[in-house]
Amino acid sequence: MRKLLFAALLLIPVVAAAQDLYMARTQLAFPEAMAVLQQTIKDRGYTVSRVQRVDIGLTASGFTTDKYRVVFFGKLDEVRELTRQYPELIPYLPLKIAIFAEDEETLLLASSFEHLRPFYSSPALRSRLDSWEQGIRLILEDMRKAQ
Amino acid sequence: MFKRYLNSLLLLTGALVLSVSSAAPDGDRLYHQNCVACHGEGGGGGVGVPLNLPDFLAVASDDYLRATIRNGRPGRVMPAFPRMGDAEVDAIIAYLRGFSKEAPPVYDKAALKGDAERGASLFAGHCSVCHGEQGQGGAGTGVTFSRPRGAPVMAPALNNLGFQTSVSDAMLKATLLRGRHGTPMPSITDLGLAESDADDLVAYLRTLRDEAREEEMEPPVIQFESSYDLETTLENLKQSVIGHNFRVIREQLLEEGLAESGKEDRRAVMLYFCDFGFLNKALAIDPRVGLFLPCRVTLLETDHGVQVMSINPKNLSRLFNNRELDKACQKMHDLYAEIMEEATF
Repeated sequence: MRKLLFAALLLIPVVAAAQDLYMARTQLAFPEAMAVLQQTIKDRGYTVSRVQRVDIGLTASGFTTDKYRVVFFGKLDEVRELTRQYPELIPYLPLKIAIFAEDEETLLLASSFEHLRPFYSSPALRSRLDSWEQGIRLILEDMRKAQ
Repeated sequence: MFKRYLNSLLLLTGALVLSVSSAAPDGDRLYHQNCVACHGEGGGGGVGVPLNLPDFLAVASDDYLRATIRNGRPGRVMPAFPRMGDAEVDAIIAYLRGFSKEAPPVYDKAALKGDAERGASLFAGHCSVCHGEQGQGGAGTGVTFSRPRGAPVMAPALNNLGFQTSVSDAMLKATLLRGRHGTPMPSITDLGLAESDADDLVAYLRTLRDEAREEEMEPPVIQFESSYDLETTLENLKQSVIGHNFRVIREQLLEEGLAESGKEDRRAVMLYFCDFGFLNKALAIDPRVGLFLPCRVTLLETDHGVQVMSINPKNLSRLFNNRELDKACQKMHDLYAEIMEEATF
């Protein structure tokens, strides 16, 4: 009975989870989208640790390019926990969302952790990855709806 | 008491699932959930091809759109949606039909009879300049880095298995005869060819097949154990990065920006570096790849020594479903491994 209940409750999230990349388009122009993204990340309980400009080095090196940033964020206790238990996963931390201009609109992109799952069976780790994916999806959903 | 609670919860869940499945799918909502990021608001295109071109909608049958959503385009960015319900797929198609007033065409599924050898010659003379000698399509994706904003579409890969599985001979012929206004694709009649030439071209197009993709399960990280302490390993790493023609961008603690300043764990250090020429080329292939750029190697000091780690680009290349990226990811994998081996040995 309990197994059935558990399976029923898991049905919808499992169906929605199997995706390699999360993408969202917002009709906000790039500068507004950048500001809203950082606020949304904070509102969802994360700390923005750094904004990496991908385009500035390109422009400085003489390439024609466009507005492109990667926003890093996380929660310190979660980063410390993963660093302690799965140090080899540090290259995937902090969490990040890429944001770049496309005409007058802005695209946002994040990776799921599907590509890590075949290598890790620990329920605790899988639960942590689920939680991060859920957080990323909510942030992107907020961005989709942002006016 | 607990049983009653469980029963109520199960009933509630069942009702929720039933209400979700019995409501008619909303094509607008589904399009905005699954398609708009790449194909743009109103189907104007972006990372993905435009879907609102009148000539496209006039020749694309519902069967073609249905199969395209189901199969995607392996190795060409467009993902497959094998688990999407039939009603949801149909709702998205109905939404796309709203971009045009023309009724959708229905095609005979019979194969056309043409001369593939003659078609090959016509293809080489008229089509390969855009679609590639093997029908592999144009390079790059998206308007941000790959092409001028005015150019709505890169030439599609005609040899792609997803395309070949989705399109009928009759639809191919209709496309050849009609062309596609708003893109560089002309009608073949504007090139002085006749309808019978379309049959020969279709016969040739049916011979095209792209290379099968090997699905290797690469580990998600590249990892080396250093023979040196943290400081020496970091210095070695910088030298190796420069020696491989990269520019060191920044050295940063993993916890910087997360922990209170001065209280970060100093045993986890990230080194960022970049070859801007390579970065520019990678973004032109697929602007989404910037998510994993610039390059980064992380050093971690533990009680057992110093670990040096990076993402494994070969593991990540499959995320993008873009075969053009595979070579770049292989190159990056080899460079990461060389740099880390040199710094740690």
